[in-house]
Amino acid sequence: MSTTEILFFLLSALAVFSAIMVLVSKNPVHSVLWLIAVFFAISGHYILLNAQFLAIVNLIVYAGAIMVLFLFVIMLMNLNAETEPQKHIWMKFAGAISGGCFLLMLVSLTRQAVEMGGRNAISGGNIGLIKNLGKALFSDYVVPFEITSVLFLSAMVGAVVIGKK
Amino acid sequence: MPIQYYIYLCLTLFSIGIIGVLTRRNAIIVFMCVELMLNAVNLLLVAFSKMHHSIGLGAEGATTQAGIDGQLFVFFIMVVAAAEVSVGLAIIVMMYRNTHSVDINFLNRLKN
Repeated sequence: MSTTEILFFLLSALAVFSAIMVLVSKNPVHSVLWLIAVFFAISGHYILLNAQFLAIVNLIVYAGAIMVLFLFVIMLMNLNAETEPQKHIWMKFAGAISGGCFLLMLVSLTRQAVEMGGRNAISGGNIGLIKNLGKALFSDYVVPFEITSVLFLSAMVGAVVIGKK
Repeated sequence: MPIQYYIYLCLTLFSIGIIGVLTRRNAIIVFMCVELMLNAVNLLLVAFSKMHHSIGLGAEGATTQAGIDGQLFVFFIMVVAAAEVSVGLAIIVMMYRNTHSVDINFLNRLKN
């Protein structure tokens, strides 16, 4: 077993365990902290795939900005484990069963796919470096990039308008 | 690393997100599970981009840029997710101000 494989399974186990802990935590603050662990594991996967730019952006945007926003809102509302609304046990059971059926169906579809046989996601190559991504972003994708700024402006105005009244 | 491993991992994370949306009643946790699903899809896009890059390396040589689109898609998904979270949390705060709860079962007033 090579180092890459060991790191892959370690990061996968961390990601899946933290994702399950997001679900089963009663306290919303603990859920947010476990979700940050998931994002760190996914950033580790990006680094394993040699996509350093996305790894750093994932850490800064998701773990840094979005999760702080979540924590801030939770603390603003003073939520804790006692006020946490719970679904009926049968509803939870039905949800878990349907999610498990979905997973089972997609896994069996993936196992049957002949096209996927022998395909590898390599960790070499340099398309994930900021130099190549920047070149592609500012030549082929410059119009979507500019539209993004309009999207952010509208999101900002929308958040202020909704939050003000 | 075989691409199947990444597909299985991402499917697991995505299904955990779906189960979270179905089983929790706290609007913020539901929102966090949506973020989890978005991240599973992002990871799968990056894995497929590297898969296409390896195919391009075999076909076109070392200077190929094959697969770079997938990583740019991930970048744009992150941008849209950031905008979505800011508006969504504003809506949740407004809902909390009106009903003093983040229980999504209070949100069935349009039903009748």
